[in-house]
Amino acid sequence: MANMNPKKCPMPEQDPNVRNKNFEEVALGYTPEMAIEEAQRCLNCKHKPCVSGCPVGVKIPEFIALVAEGKFIEAAAKIKETSALPAVCGRVCPQESQCESKCVRGIKGEPVAIGRLERFVADYAMANDKTEITVPEQNGHKVAVVGAGPAGLTCAGDLARLGYKVTVFEVLHTAGGVLMYGIPEFRLPKAIVQKEIDNLKAMGVEFILNFVVGRSETIDDLMADGYEAVFVGSGAGLPSFMNVPGENYNGVYSANEYLTRVNLMKAYKEDSATPILRAKRVAVVGGGNVAMDAARSAKRMGAEEVYIVYRRGESELPARLEEIHHAKEEGIIFKFLTAPLEVLGDDETYMVKGLKCQQMELGEPDASGRRRPIPVEGSEFVIDLDAVIVSIGTSPNPLIRSTTPGLETNKRGCIVADEETGLTSKDGVFAGGDAVTGAATVILAMGAGKKAAAAMHEYIQNKNK
Amino acid sequence: MYQIVKKKTLNSNTKLMVIDAPFVAKKAQPGQFIILRVDEEGERIPLTIAEYDREKGYVTIIFQEVGATTKKLGLLNEGECLNDFVGPLGVASHLEGLKKVAVVGGGLGCAIAYPQAKALHEMGAEVDLIAGFRNKDIIILEDEMRAASTNLYVMTDDGSNGHKGFVTDALKKLIEEGKQYDAVIAIGPMIMMKFVSEVTRPYGIKTIVSMNATMVDGTGMCGCCRLTVNGETKFACVDGPDFDGHQVDFDESMRRSAMYKAQEKEAVEHHECNLHKMEVK
Repeated sequence: MANMNPKKCPMPEQDPNVRNKNFEEVALGYTPEMAIEEAQRCLNCKHKPCVSGCPVGVKIPEFIALVAEGKFIEAAAKIKETSALPAVCGRVCPQESQCESKCVRGIKGEPVAIGRLERFVADYAMANDKTEITVPEQNGHKVAVVGAGPAGLTCAGDLARLGYKVTVFEVLHTAGGVLMYGIPEFRLPKAIVQKEIDNLKAMGVEFILNFVVGRSETIDDLMADGYEAVFVGSGAGLPSFMNVPGENYNGVYSANEYLTRVNLMKAYKEDSATPILRAKRVAVVGGGNVAMDAARSAKRMGAEEVYIVYRRGESELPARLEEIHHAKEEGIIFKFLTAPLEVLGDDETYMVKGLKCQQMELGEPDASGRRRPIPVEGSEFVIDLDAVIVSIGTSPNPLIRSTTPGLETNKRGCIVADEETGLTSKDGVFAGGDAVTGAATVILAMGAGKKAAAAMHEYIQNKNK
Repeated sequence: MYQIVKKKTLNSNTKLMVIDAPFVAKKAQPGQFIILRVDEEGERIPLTIAEYDREKGYVTIIFQEVGATTKKLGLLNEGECLNDFVGPLGVASHLEGLKKVAVVGGGLGCAIAYPQAKALHEMGAEVDLIAGFRNKDIIILEDEMRAASTNLYVMTDDGSNGHKGFVTDALKKLIEEGKQYDAVIAIGPMIMMKFVSEVTRPYGIKTIVSMNATMVDGTGMCGCCRLTVNGETKFACVDGPDFDGHQVDFDESMRRSAMYKAQEKEAVEHHECNLHKMEVK
């Protein structure tokens, strides 16, 4: 008999007023007892609606059934049949709009906590599974992956499992992409990401770091070097700015810069060589997950007041509910229907001293289906600040498209690729993740990497028939 | 890891290093830069490529020991390795078609001006190379610069080498004497590039400057290196580092470069204190 508690087993968390001063993980994870209790809420539906909500098709009811039996390592193995990065997905996937949104238990209560269970079994296996990872039998074919972010790592993992010799080229000094430079330690510990990358290495995937595809070698050079197919998962790294006056005052950061300094360059550690402003009053402009990450990081870096400045209303926030909830708990102040007009700075020091804003009201829905914010006349006001973090989106880096003849891109600079296969306009070149979609989520990028891996396998098999 | 195959002291605080980095050397061009990290916990710093040897896979960098990272870099010796060395980054300088060029270098900027002059000279252009230093003791690369130019003018602020004046004085004199330049390439401190651009502006001579902005990743990801060019925001790392000197907002860029001065000073003091401790041991 299933556990009919309408609520999820709660996730233990650090106290908000403690955690907003440290960079340790917010969520502490289930105990084995909690995991079994939660797993027993699963009805093991025959038609498995949850699986249809997962971009990488994790065998959800099967792994949960194993959790209910206390077979945690077996449960992790079940997830790994289709997902390369379970410990990551269990933490950063928007389950509420994917697998959990389809859960039958969600109709009369809360859905099964699929994400929390995934996280539990992945962590459990990481700590307790001593099975040695081996290099799969090689098929003699060589493929290249450009970019070691979620799309590239997933693609590399799937191809390695099929016996390919996979080389991943990464421009930064660390593999992991946004998992390393963007998502903060308190939401996704870097040791976990590193462990997943080490697992890929153990499977024979080669990582070449500090390598600029497009400059050191172009995609055509890679193909000439004998890579039979190339996957481009170079992401959407180029930050957008607001184009308002004063945006270049010192103390105006892109969220990418702020988070890169804090996460990748470890500016949160006392002995870090990377300089960063220890601002006391910070505004983050934008309402997505990255904005929440930046705001919560700024708080942990010692800011007394941190604002989220967002031009639409609370219900329009694109961030995950969990992130918004955590941010509020940690004392982040939300300024809704507020549009930035100008960054104010000190003429002597050139440092930021405030943000001039305008009150907005919601009008008719726009092209995105969300109600369009309209300025309220005469409603300008100033928030006193010493730093502004701009988190209004990113677009793909122009390097690959400008150095790869025959690779079609759209007017937003995104690579045009088939949604099901990742195939681009260039023979042998596949693409997926933010480089194709523009800034999206980790799991969508992983889904694209997975589909492309299957298509690349088929492409190489057909070519060699 | 990237091995230091050669180290040479150019003046009291300027050093040259040749690094084994075949992926960088393979396609490096004048005007491009690299980003390095000295060790696992180090910061990423950009340095312009001074020279490269494609066959050997070597890249030469020249740096001034001014910050904590460059001081740490200067302590490494031949045979030791850098943790990270990535490049070539940025857009290569557009030198094609230039026939008569004044290349202006200021201080350490001469290390970057020199390869540009050399490339132009090898392409058959007439190159007047104007190099400026504070005094004669810190003059670097004089022989190399002479070999890479048609005429070399070395200026010192204090006149200690017998040619007193700023590079702008020398440039102005040459222009007024009737030299017709297709372009002026200025590389050095931002204040120098600003004044060179002011000298050439009334004559309408195309002036290319190399913007050495503060960077983190150097690949277009953070926007830290942004500057205003003709009213538009550009990223020095992917749109540059070369820009039209007549369109750059130098005052803004100079102020942005000074953002972490206090923290940098603290880091240097901390570093020197650690060095002292090492010596005491």
